[in-house]
Formats: sequence, C-alpha cells, structure tokens
Amino acid sequence: MRFFNKQLNRSMPITILLFLFLAMVGLFMAIPLVYAINNAFKPLDELFIFPPRFFVRNPTLDNFYDLVAVMGDSWVPISRYFFNTFIITIFGTGGHIIFASMAAYPLAKYKFPGSKVIFQIVILALMFSPHVTAIPNYLVMSGLGWIDTYLSLIIPAMAFPLGLFLMKQFMEQLPDAMLEAAKIDGASEFRIFWKIVMPNVKPAWLTLLILQFPILWGTTGGNFIYSEELKTLNYALEQITEAGIARAGVGAAVALILMSVPIILFILSQSKVIETMSSSGMKD
Amino acid sequence: MKAKSMEQPIDDIVYPIKEATRKQSKRKDKWQRLKRDMKKARHYYLLMLPFMIIFFLFTIVPVVASFVLSFFSFNMLEMPQFVGWDNYSRLFLGDDVFMTALRNTLLFAAITGPVSYIACFIFAWIINELSPKIRAFMTVIFYAPSIAGNVFFIWLIIFSGDTYGYLNGILMELGIILEPIQWLRDEQYVLGVVILVQLWLSLGTSFLAFIAGLQTLDKSLIEAGAIDGIRNRWQELWYITLPSMKPQLLFGAVMQITQSFAVADISIALAGFPSVNYAAHTVVTHLMDYGTIRFEMGYASAIATVLFLLMVGTNMVVQKLLRKVGT
Repeated sequence: MRFFNKQLNRSMPITILLFLFLAMVGLFMAIPLVYAINNAFKPLDELFIFPPRFFVRNPTLDNFYDLVAVMGDSWVPISRYFFNTFIITIFGTGGHIIFASMAAYPLAKYKFPGSKVIFQIVILALMFSPHVTAIPNYLVMSGLGWIDTYLSLIIPAMAFPLGLFLMKQFMEQLPDAMLEAAKIDGASEFRIFWKIVMPNVKPAWLTLLILQFPILWGTTGGNFIYSEELKTLNYALEQITEAGIARAGVGAAVALILMSVPIILFILSQSKVIETMSSSGMKD
Repeated sequence: MKAKSMEQPIDDIVYPIKEATRKQSKRKDKWQRLKRDMKKARHYYLLMLPFMIIFFLFTIVPVVASFVLSFFSFNMLEMPQFVGWDNYSRLFLGDDVFMTALRNTLLFAAITGPVSYIACFIFAWIINELSPKIRAFMTVIFYAPSIAGNVFFIWLIIFSGDTYGYLNGILMELGIILEPIQWLRDEQYVLGVVILVQLWLSLGTSFLAFIAGLQTLDKSLIEAGAIDGIRNRWQELWYITLPSMKPQLLFGAVMQITQSFAVADISIALAGFPSVNYAAHTVVTHLMDYGTIRFEMGYASAIATVLFLLMVGTNMVVQKLLRKVGT
C-alpha cells in the first residue's frame, strides 16, 4: 500500500518523522472513541473489573438487549427519547438546510439594497457563541410560549449563521450563465432557486448537515424542555450515567449509539463536505 | 444578469435642470432609485425572509436585549429597574469570583485558541501528504471527537481520582506515583485537564476548512516555485501554501477564537459546577450561575455583554493581524 503522495520538495526521513508524529497524536485522538466502542460490548463483570481493562475480552451484545428490555418497563420508555431526538434533529437540520440555502442564494448572486449589511451581520454573528444570547433567548422563548415544546430547539437551529455563511460562499461558484439562461426562459426566481440552484449545491447540503446534525443530535434540551416525555436521548444518557452501576451497561450502549451516528454520517459524506469547505474562506 | 439598476435614469439626461434644484432632485432620485431597486429585489427579500426572521428573533434581538438589560436590575418577577453602570462596576470591582472566571477564561483562550488553531493547520497539512484512502481515514480520526457528542465523559474515567482511573492505574503500575492523584478535584491539575480535553475535541470546522483548502491548492504554483528555487517542504509551506490559504486561515481563526472563549460544557462535565475553589470557573459558567440559578438577569446580562465584547473584539484584532501577514 502506498502511504504518501509523491510530491516535489520532500525528503523521506522528515516525511517518516512527520508521519510517526501524526500516528502518535492520532492514537491519542482515538483512545476515547475506541474505549467507548469496547465498553458497549463488555459484559457487566468486565465493566467493573479491577484493575480496569481497556479492551473487551468476551464481547457480548447483552447491553443492547438490556437497552431494548428497559425500553419497555421504565416510566418514559427509552424509545420515546429516541423519538424526540429524531424529531428535533430531522426537522431542525432539514429546516436549516432549506432556509439557509434560500437566504444564501440572493446574497451570493445579487447585489441589492441591504445585501452587504446583512452579510456583514452574519459574519459578526460567527464571532460569538450562543452562550452570549442564552438569557434573552429564554425570555424570547417564553414570550412566544415555546418553552417545553420541540419548537424551542428546532426553530433557533434553523438560523445557524455558519450554515448561511458556508452556503453563500459555495453558491458564489455557480456559473452566472446557468442562472441567466433560466431567466431568459422565463423562470421565476423561486423556480430558479428550487430547480437549478438547489440541485447544484448538494455537496453544501451535506456540509450543513454535518455541522448542524451533531449539535441537535447531542442536545440535552437544556433549559427549554421540562417534561420528561419530551426529553432527548442525550438527557437520558446523562440520567443513566448518573444513576451509576445498575445501568452502566445500558449507558455504554446508548453512548455508542449517540457517538456513532454523527461519525458514520461524516464518513459517508466526507468527500462532499471537503469539496464545500474549500470555498469557506473569508475574502478581504 | 445582475440585478443592479442597469437602466440609467433617463430624465437626468433628457432634461437639463438648473444647478439649484439639481441637488434636491438628485437626493430625490437616490430615494427613488433605492425604492425601485428594493422593489426589483422583492423576490430576494422574500427568499431571505424565513431565515432572517428566526435569525433576528434568536440572535439580534437577544444581543441587543442583553446589552440593554445589563443596565437594569431584573429578577424575572419584578419590573426591571434602571441601575446605570452598577452591574458593571459590581462585576469588575466587587466580584472576586468573576475575576477568577475572567482570568481562567483568558488563560484558557490564550492557550487553547492558538494551540488548537496551529494544531488544526499542522495536522491538516501532514494529512494532506497521505494517499487518498489513508487521508480519508485520518481525517475521520482527527475530526470525530468534535462531532462525537458527549463522549468526552470517557475522559472522566481516564482521569478518575481513585485507583480505578486509567491514568492513576498506569502511573501507579509504573511506580511513578504511589497514591492516586485527584486530577479533577485538585486545583493544581484541573484547569490543565480541562484544557487537554478541550484541545482533544477542538479539531472541528477549521480543521475541515484547512484540509479542503490544502486539497484545492493550485499545484502549478508549487511547480513554479520549484523552478524559482524552493527546495524543501518548509520553504514551500511558508512561501506558497500559507499565502494562498489566507481566506481559509481567516475563517479558521474566527471559528477557533469563538470556541476557545466559550468553554463551559467541558469544564462542568469534568470539574463539576462549581468547580473546586472555582479553579475551572469560566465566564460562561459564571453567566450560567447568575442567569439560570440566581436569576439576577441584569447582572448576568452584563456578564454576557462582556463576553460578547471579548469574543468579537479578539476576533476583530486577530482578523486585522492575519490580514497583514503576507501582504
């Protein structure tokens, strides 16, 4: 197997040294992930063995069977937490991709009054994290009567500024000729957007998906969700972890599920995501 | 066709107007043109509307509200009361815990910001040299922690303070320490552990942007450079790669800076809330303390405003500096 691309200006010893460095750090990066995978397949006695063991000796699916079993007999079945997380993630991410694309298209392709200011504000919004707005956000939510509903998590996620920024940068590369041709044929702006722009930015959809999905998938509902039957999977995991020993196996199984879905999505979409990110730069 | 106002205002050309009235009519003209441009762009406004309404409600309104509320005393029950700069003077002069939080946050940002930024670039750069299949694999390994959700709780087990903790176990096995170290309960170590874990999951969006930037780098530049006397990878990195990646580098800086100031979840998960003697207390955890536990909304808003200024200010300064590099 070939490890390196042949390139100019490369000396072999340094290449090998750099690769060793990369491999060591890679190992460090992978430790918790490998551990989480191993844990999920450990039988109960191995989870609590002393001294603790990193790798599983006798892998078993018991934890997953237990997970299915607890699903039925707890007050709020675990399937309900799964369902809540699915709903929030699917609607939040889907809405985000559609709304961000709709807003990105005019900003990328046309100049009109306000377009520059709006984009500057979006860039400014990239510069602070949602923590800054947490408190007034709560007031806005309660004003809208959205506290303790799915909406409190789904709707704000739709206007994630990073998504708009990346989508706009990507759309700028669409050839103007293509849009003009459609316009000459008499297509309306909405039609152009839906039939021509959207199908041509599929790689960018995946990028927005990869950036937004893990945030919603991993949400605990924070301060917005109080009812037990609306809580999310990650919240359930926290409860299981806090409950300690009795459900440690189930906890490890849930942790693995929570962790692997975003990673698998990324593995599947990697090449498209990188294609989009190459246009992510900020120009002067 | 660009939606600019293509047609010249014909009246300007056809009717000569006296100088005195000209200025006035020009201003009127400008308004009319703006109106016409806006009318022409109505489809664009309509397309942007859904995103912008949500963005306005949950980003712009909160930032403004936070700024306004920071001058009030407000506990969610009584009407807000205007108190001027009181919240700020209390914050900077009377709140020792805030000073600890601010110091921790700055220390934190000063370490994780630059280190994670450079790490993102260096690893992207090395990974880019690999053959496509291995490159894809390594990208997943390095990027995965940032999207794996709360898998960082595994670090809790590794740094666990009893002999069950892996690190303690290994160190004791090797005879380096005799007694288990309370990694997460000892002021001496806790901030360091939080920084380490934060670095572990900080190879996120900017890392991807760098990988992407490197992959689309114009190969002919490198060949041209070789003719011009570039002999090794370091020269190539400095004279060709870095300058041509400036847009991605600017974007990555914004991402990493914002992230490095916002540490809270990791600190809470690892060090607890509040942490021992506030050793891992940050501005964000301080904000949570006042906003979600004590319900002193005015005071919490002042904290949020300071955090906002810190983040945006640092970003602006760094953007300016980075723009200067290589010009």
